[in-house]
Amino acid sequence: MSSPIIEIDRLSKLYRLGTVGAGSLRESFGHWWNTRVRGRSAEDWSGRSKLKIPAGRAGPRPNTMWALRETSLTIDEGETLGIIGRNGAGKSTLLKLLSRITEPTTGRAVIHGRVSSLLEVGTGFHPELTGRENIFLNGTILGMRRREISEKLDAIIDFSEVGAFVDTPVKRYSSGMTVRLAFAVAAHLEPDVMIVDEVLAVGDAAYQKKCIDKMRDVASQGRTVLFVSHQLSTLANLCRRSIWLHDGQLQADGPSREVINQYLNTGSEHTFRRVWGSPAEAPGDATARLHSVTVFCDGLPTDNIEIDREVVVEIQYWCLKDGARINPAFILVDKIGTPVFSSPNLPSARLGKDEWGYRPHPEGLYRARITIPGNFLSDGLYRGHIALQTDASQLNAWEENAVTLMVHDTGAMRGEYHNHWMGLIRTKFAWHTDKVE
Amino acid sequence: MTTDHSSRPLTVIQPAQSWMSIDWREIWAYRDLLLLLVRRDFVARYKQSVLGPLWFVLQPLIMTVVFTLIFGRIAQIPSDGVPHILFYLCGLLGWNFFAQTLNGTSTTFTANASIFQKIYFPRLVVPFAVGVSSIFTFIIQLGLFLLVYAGFKFFSDAGASFGMTWRVVFVPLLLVHSALLALGVGLWMSALTAKYRDLSHLNQFIIQIWLYLTIIIPVSSVPAKYLWFVLLNPMTPIIETYKMAFLGKGTFEPAFYLCSVALTLAVFFSGMLVFQRTGRTFADTV
Repeated sequence: MSSPIIEIDRLSKLYRLGTVGAGSLRESFGHWWNTRVRGRSAEDWSGRSKLKIPAGRAGPRPNTMWALRETSLTIDEGETLGIIGRNGAGKSTLLKLLSRITEPTTGRAVIHGRVSSLLEVGTGFHPELTGRENIFLNGTILGMRRREISEKLDAIIDFSEVGAFVDTPVKRYSSGMTVRLAFAVAAHLEPDVMIVDEVLAVGDAAYQKKCIDKMRDVASQGRTVLFVSHQLSTLANLCRRSIWLHDGQLQADGPSREVINQYLNTGSEHTFRRVWGSPAEAPGDATARLHSVTVFCDGLPTDNIEIDREVVVEIQYWCLKDGARINPAFILVDKIGTPVFSSPNLPSARLGKDEWGYRPHPEGLYRARITIPGNFLSDGLYRGHIALQTDASQLNAWEENAVTLMVHDTGAMRGEYHNHWMGLIRTKFAWHTDKVE
Repeated sequence: MTTDHSSRPLTVIQPAQSWMSIDWREIWAYRDLLLLLVRRDFVARYKQSVLGPLWFVLQPLIMTVVFTLIFGRIAQIPSDGVPHILFYLCGLLGWNFFAQTLNGTSTTFTANASIFQKIYFPRLVVPFAVGVSSIFTFIIQLGLFLLVYAGFKFFSDAGASFGMTWRVVFVPLLLVHSALLALGVGLWMSALTAKYRDLSHLNQFIIQIWLYLTIIIPVSSVPAKYLWFVLLNPMTPIIETYKMAFLGKGTFEPAFYLCSVALTLAVFFSGMLVFQRTGRTFADTV
């Protein structure tokens, strides 16, 4: 069943930025006045705009930028393709081009089949019209025929859970109801290719689950789905293949898990390593000073951690006073500073044996490692504070926010549930259920 | 599983190859959307106002009364020997259809920006829907006109001085003609306002001025040396013909009428092309 349904051939889109060519007549006239009448060059004009175009994306003319550049891609029938990338990487541009909302600058794409794009749900909803009327209006905007909608009307109303409100004007709906109704219409399209952009970020938890199930359904019926989301876990769960767009170009293409990992391991601005070259500049006192702190995952220094992997934080410290009974401590806080745990390397507070923690240290450099188990932290950003103590009572060094840990939900624990997971930690617990009556 | 692509629509996405490409078959495929947009127009307007559909009748009535007082009584402008009320009501009947279509069309891009940024469908469906929905308003206002007409015809002394003629059979043609003109000008305006937002104020102004130039003075009362100027207005021959049809009074100059037709076609087709061109990349400019 692998015949290409979408063939994208060197598709590029150039955007014009800033004041030139957009806005008001006065501005355009001003531009004309400056360039033609007063003989200034167009560069003078563009020089006045404060827009910064990222290096390497500047287009052939001033104030232009490649939103998407020379992207080629073939998508087979029945594939579910995930699209990841940072904001402004070209994801939305690609979707807009494929949905024909705008036109490419160069290149070409061919789609064999009917396309439905859901860059937003409820496009064209009119508040004065009833739910039923809006189903028809929205459905035809999405490309359905009236007859088709009539046939599916009951199923749509059913799926939307708006029940008796279907004959009430949409302006009286709660926002949740509106979204449910809108998605219900979209879910009953029968396109060959479905293009979806983050619409799942709406509605309550139970409804989100329903939406994901519906998308899985669509995919399993052999339709092709293109899916953009920042929820990497959902994406990993739904799409076997993913592409990663970076600065308007295709950076990676392959199995979702691999592409997601590649994406996560690149270009993060957090710190997974802090090094102080000499004791003189390091935090600490005459007894103990920090040398370095590094976060490891899978044996590599990184602050991108997959939720089911072990994390090792390595703390190197100098003992500057012979015989000091030093122990390091690691304190983990969440992104707003709530302490998650603190762990001093003390015999009664650690798991197993350690040669040096809370023992008199000869002068020298030491390396201590703490292991945080996989499937323990929740997803999101954490920060680590480091302390060095002597005799478990005196504080020698204190470094706040020494490192960051970015824990990513790759879907390892989300076989069934796809919504917000509460809690600072996310560990697996034993459950046992008996039938009592 | 073997795939048969032949039965499926093929979408080719590429930079426009030609200015002239208007995919009529695609527009036809979206005819259901067109009808639903018409319906939306009506329901929305009807539900948002206290008086509801009564406005379709009140608006021309009020304007007629105002025009009769100001231009008929105070300014003493002649009206081809027809009662002023009937004279202006007839002019407004033709004009309102034109103006409603023009008004609705001229804001196509600005009013639908949020939709156009999120979903594709042939953009021309929207202005066409405006035209169709204006036809319904026309029919309602035609009913009003016929009532007032009957009132004057049978219950006033002036009843003998005017009368409907066989030319009423041309009214549908007049509708088509003024629809094409309104769409043409409206498409131009919508494309220009998409690029220059501040033009929307100018558009309203133009429509107002155009109204006064068209329906206040009967062509028969225009001094000969200004006649060419008045007849260059492509709406004037249309309104005059309406009056010929409904009241049996008016001026019909075949040459000027043909001028109007030629101008209408030129504006309509160029408007469609400009509109299409704007529509293809409109999402980038918002």
